[in-house]
Amino acid sequence: MATASAAGNQAVMGKALREGIFAGVVAFLMFLLFVGIETYQDINNALVWRTRWGLLAIFVIVAAVGRFVTVAFIKPHIDQRKLNKAKDGLLDVSEKKGFLRRHFLKFALVLLLVYPFLSLLIVGKQGSLKYVDNFGIQILIYVMLAWGLNIVVGLAGLLDLGYVAFYAVGAYSYALLSSHFGFSFWILLPLSGIFAALWGIMLGFPVLRLRGDYLAIVTLAFGEIIRLVLINWTDVTKGTFGIAGIPKATFFGIWSFDTGAPNNFVKAWGLSASSVYYKIFLFYIILALCMLTAYVTIRLRRMPIGRAWEALREDEIACRSLGIDTVTTKLTAFATGAMFGGFAGAFFASRQGFVSPESFVFLESAVILAIVVLGGMGSLTGIAIAAAVMVGGTEILREMSFLKVVFGPDFTPELYRMLLFGLAMVIVMLFKPRGFVGTREPTAFLKERRSVSGSFTKEGHG
Amino acid sequence: MEYFIQQLINGLTLGSIYGLVAIGYTMVYGIIGMINFAHGDIFMLGGFAALIIFLIITSFFAGIPIALLLIIMMVVGMLVTGLWNWTIERIAYRPLRGSFRLAPLITAIGMSITLSNFIQVTQGPRNKPIPPLVTDVFHLGGLTISLKQILIVVITAILLFAFWYIVNKTPLGRAQRATEQDRKMAALLGVDVDRTISITFIMGAALAAVAGSMYLMYYGVASFNDGFIPGVKAFTAAVLGGIGSLPGAVLGGLLIGLIESLWSAYFSIAYKDVATFAILAFVLIFKPTGILGRPEVEKV
Repeated sequence: MATASAAGNQAVMGKALREGIFAGVVAFLMFLLFVGIETYQDINNALVWRTRWGLLAIFVIVAAVGRFVTVAFIKPHIDQRKLNKAKDGLLDVSEKKGFLRRHFLKFALVLLLVYPFLSLLIVGKQGSLKYVDNFGIQILIYVMLAWGLNIVVGLAGLLDLGYVAFYAVGAYSYALLSSHFGFSFWILLPLSGIFAALWGIMLGFPVLRLRGDYLAIVTLAFGEIIRLVLINWTDVTKGTFGIAGIPKATFFGIWSFDTGAPNNFVKAWGLSASSVYYKIFLFYIILALCMLTAYVTIRLRRMPIGRAWEALREDEIACRSLGIDTVTTKLTAFATGAMFGGFAGAFFASRQGFVSPESFVFLESAVILAIVVLGGMGSLTGIAIAAAVMVGGTEILREMSFLKVVFGPDFTPELYRMLLFGLAMVIVMLFKPRGFVGTREPTAFLKERRSVSGSFTKEGHG
Repeated sequence: MEYFIQQLINGLTLGSIYGLVAIGYTMVYGIIGMINFAHGDIFMLGGFAALIIFLIITSFFAGIPIALLLIIMMVVGMLVTGLWNWTIERIAYRPLRGSFRLAPLITAIGMSITLSNFIQVTQGPRNKPIPPLVTDVFHLGGLTISLKQILIVVITAILLFAFWYIVNKTPLGRAQRATEQDRKMAALLGVDVDRTISITFIMGAALAAVAGSMYLMYYGVASFNDGFIPGVKAFTAAVLGGIGSLPGAVLGGLLIGLIESLWSAYFSIAYKDVATFAILAFVLIFKPTGILGRPEVEKV
């Protein structure tokens, strides 16, 4: 027995060694041109090159060692675990959850409610500016966008690659209407949502007949068209310069956050001047908007329209045979998803005070879709976790100035932000193809409510 | 009239490049039913490989004949990008083949972001200009045709013929067509499906690399985000022609090139991409399978 396993071990080691060397050779050939050689412009502005053998060696060694370790240790370990699981005969979904997991949502909500004050308490006014704005608000905007897209992709199963268009419609509605007519945030927030919903119906109407990948590519085209129109229709949108000086949101018209205003919030409450109050106010607005999105999503899932969306996702033909009107089902999904995108856009415009087409590129759509899929489509908690991990993770990278000590003063972690984001997308998908939260809670059930594995739902077929 | 023909020639040149990239999209879609979003960045990678090889060779052999230089650029570019696409398929797509439909799409988008940012980090964010390689220009009546335009169209035609031959007349092509029709049945009949899919990725990347080096030769500049817009247009071309169909991809590419150059000539340059996308939307809405695509029969 011992000799057999030793021989098996040796075979695995030999295989790992071969694969490691092979990976090294492949990596050498792949990176030779792009890493081994650096092109740059010299003083005469002519393109010249120099070699970077050291960096190339690092890449090759990492690839070879990585492959060796994977084949020799990680893969046998995973196989063993799978085998044990298969022997147990238990399903992935366990009935019992720990105390923390059962009450996770309550804890998370309380934490979010006290988060701005917690950060004020711990790092002070100046320090918490960063935590409330860059982490809190930024992540929550993506949570809201992803939850909005989740209605279209996760519930109705319509793959939308141009979601950012509705975000743009919301942001520009707010920017244009407030700068031309001087409407306040609280009037324009619902208006932006309505406009975005109308655009959702307008863009949804022609694509009703399309399915799956065709739908994806047409929505991508619509997203690009809206961005290109924003760039080129300079009379209205000021093109790539964008619209600046968008007014701030007010505290329901009672207090203003403009420094010059007579009813300034800070003066009215006798606080020392700081922009952190405005940020905290914004944090609660976006938190409320997120909660609204979640509430509407949860309620709609139990209503006939939500059931129709999920039926549509599972099987369009069966859905139609049962007498569900697929036209209204699809259009309401597009409109509802777009409306939340519009809310998020209006909020974004008032938070930045500036909008330009730069913010609404395809990459944004891809990031939002990635968050929805990585979180586990249809699962609100999973999506929120994915947004926090992916957006928060890339924000943390900005803060990692200590890496400069390790990699030298020329090292700028921001540059690697999107590179790591892309790699993270690939890696998460490889290990968790069903997303962070792999279980779904059905809304219709017999006798007792039980979560099922995500593999039982069909998603993104459209 | 001369102006019109001139624009036709320009459109044909651009369309050839789109057509070559579109073949990669359409083949991958045909064989595993997945939109390979990273293909545009593979095209960009091919351009960069050609650029770097150009710099190395010209710094060692200053007087090398242009024809030889171009051939080396394209061949090495094909090999390197083929290897890249092979690796990407192995790492990011193959493990997810049995998984649900959106998973490989997300890894493809992730790979696309990774590739463009990888080039941005390793080669710098600035545009990389190279001196013009082929400068000869012919005058025919009022028309001006540059040698590089002729080269692009001729090289495309040769590659298309070679490609058509491989797909229709060789055992490899037969395996590819069999895998496309029914993967499980092909595997049962002894076709090595994994190998066939790998080779499809390599072939697509090789064509994209040639397109990338021709793009570099035509415009004389390479940039890390060159992959996105040509990639989307090539994909548009593939869909327009009927995704999964090889002649469709070429036809779609030529149409997109013509639409783009005629629109910028007669209407406005600013809205040329809007025109492309709008036509794509119109075609798909009225004929969702594209021009040459087979109608999709859905069985319950």
